[in-house]
Amino acid sequence: MTAQNTAPFPCLLPFGLDSIVVRFAWTASDSASRAVQNFQRAIAVADLPGVVETATALASLIISFDRQITSRTALAKQVQEVLDSADWAETAAPPAQRIWHIPVAFGGEYGPQLDQVAQMVSRTAEQAIAEITDADLRVLSIGFAPGQPYIGLLDAHWNIPRQTELTPQVPAGALVVAVRQMVLFTNASVTGWRQVGYCGFRPFMADRAEPFALKLGDMLKFHTVPHGEMAAITASDDAGLGGARCESVSAS
Amino acid sequence: MTHQLIIDRAGPALSLQDLGRPNRLAQGLSRGGAADRFALFEATALLGSSTLLPAIEMAGYGGVFRTTAPMRFALTGAVMAASIDDTPLAWNRSYTLEPGQTLTLGAVIRGSYGYLTPASPILTDPWEHSQSTHLLAGIGSPLVTGQSLILGHDPDPKRPDHKITPNDRFGGGFIRIITGPQTELFDADTITRFLNTRFIRSPQANRQGVRLDGAEPFAANVPAGLASEFIQTGDIQMTGQGVPYVLLSECQTIGGYPRIATVIPADIPKMAQAPIGSYVEFDMISLDQADQACPSEASILQSLRCQATPCIRNPHDIPNLLGYQLISGMIAGTEFDEDTYDTID
Repeated sequence: MTAQNTAPFPCLLPFGLDSIVVRFAWTASDSASRAVQNFQRAIAVADLPGVVETATALASLIISFDRQITSRTALAKQVQEVLDSADWAETAAPPAQRIWHIPVAFGGEYGPQLDQVAQMVSRTAEQAIAEITDADLRVLSIGFAPGQPYIGLLDAHWNIPRQTELTPQVPAGALVVAVRQMVLFTNASVTGWRQVGYCGFRPFMADRAEPFALKLGDMLKFHTVPHGEMAAITASDDAGLGGARCESVSAS
Repeated sequence: MTHQLIIDRAGPALSLQDLGRPNRLAQGLSRGGAADRFALFEATALLGSSTLLPAIEMAGYGGVFRTTAPMRFALTGAVMAASIDDTPLAWNRSYTLEPGQTLTLGAVIRGSYGYLTPASPILTDPWEHSQSTHLLAGIGSPLVTGQSLILGHDPDPKRPDHKITPNDRFGGGFIRIITGPQTELFDADTITRFLNTRFIRSPQANRQGVRLDGAEPFAANVPAGLASEFIQTGDIQMTGQGVPYVLLSECQTIGGYPRIATVIPADIPKMAQAPIGSYVEFDMISLDQADQACPSEASILQSLRCQATPCIRNPHDIPNLLGYQLISGMIAGTEFDEDTYDTID
């Protein structure tokens, strides 16, 4: 870190010609997630003229606008007013409405970097798997590819960096890990994250009745299955759900 | 009987493209659409269509095509070797392909992405309001040999062939950039070196992005555990090895590698079209300058409509009128090839 990137948070930054980024932190944290999600709701309620889309990343959000309707300067002023009106990390994030139970095969050909990751987090492979399956995980953001979840947060010792060399290709369904988060890949992709497991679950299928399976804020529970069982799950799975089931959380 | 465009032979990277699906970042879907959006506007202007026409985008190499009914079409974007049967064709022009004729589009001569656009719109089922294939997302598939595309109705089949002079964007060169939300992760010396570097457009490129070679790695001061942030077309991302990639239309929506700057929308076609091995350099301009340099796409299309001209000689442009036979009047379509050849070089 240098003095350059210690700007006070949250900050507004122009992004391209028709977007503004509001950054609450450089790194993911529970408080940043709360702030981002609460602030997105506030921007939606404010219904500012010319805003065409808002979307949330881990610790920042993007507000895109129509240059024919508003200007960067005018919109930034309005966004700043909303931003200054509350402490967005103070309120709890909205409760999850659904829990997804998703089968995962860890290690071996399904998770070629499990051992390496376990070593990086100073755990045995079995302990690392147990920490993932026991963790209280949420969909923190959807992005990179359609419907693809950024899942977290794992405990602080999971703050392992991305690789410097990219992995040329992980398959659709790859469960990868970096910086206290996991990603479940929608499609085969190049990545700098390390693959620890594999799911038959596909977050997005264009021709499925519900193309986008997951919603921001959904809870996720990973369940270990033996490699042979994963092969059976994927062999007969036209809907791309990979044996996953979705449970509604009734409001208490 | 339906009108069809038959692909007798498809180059390795053909796909159907329109302007894509904007404003779906919350779903993780980048806009996609043509790598060179200007080429779609040029084709629509050449063909005189009131609506934006979907095109076959051809990366590097074209294909062999036939039609089951007369088909007006435009050739735009990267210049490719082109002929109908044995008659060579000029690029940046519209023509008519008759049933029984064969349209052959070969290797790219200048640029990277060529576009074949029928005036009878290609009909496919749209997904979320667009016909664009988005390979990274898994929406649609590449066009392949033996495939037939169903065509709609050409509202103006008698419109004469038109030509247009595109803005020169097919040879690399200077590309304008603006700072972005992560430019501050790079120190001033690194940014200066970046702006003073003459890059080489790598062969490693696709609709997601293009790699730039020719420089020592560019390091960023990345905070430990940097959270992934939104990414957009035009962003110049440094991978872990410090090699720049410029993201194109099918880029991911979120990413964790630091981004030094963003190519302005008006220069993204030039970036996408830079041929393999061409030189690319970056000019940093202010946001205000970028706003000025990037008119709305509606006004770009409007201006191109005014620039498209019929391929019939205007009498005022012909110095020696008396030397021409004015009576026979019929145009075979081959007389004017000579003055359109200059668009191929």
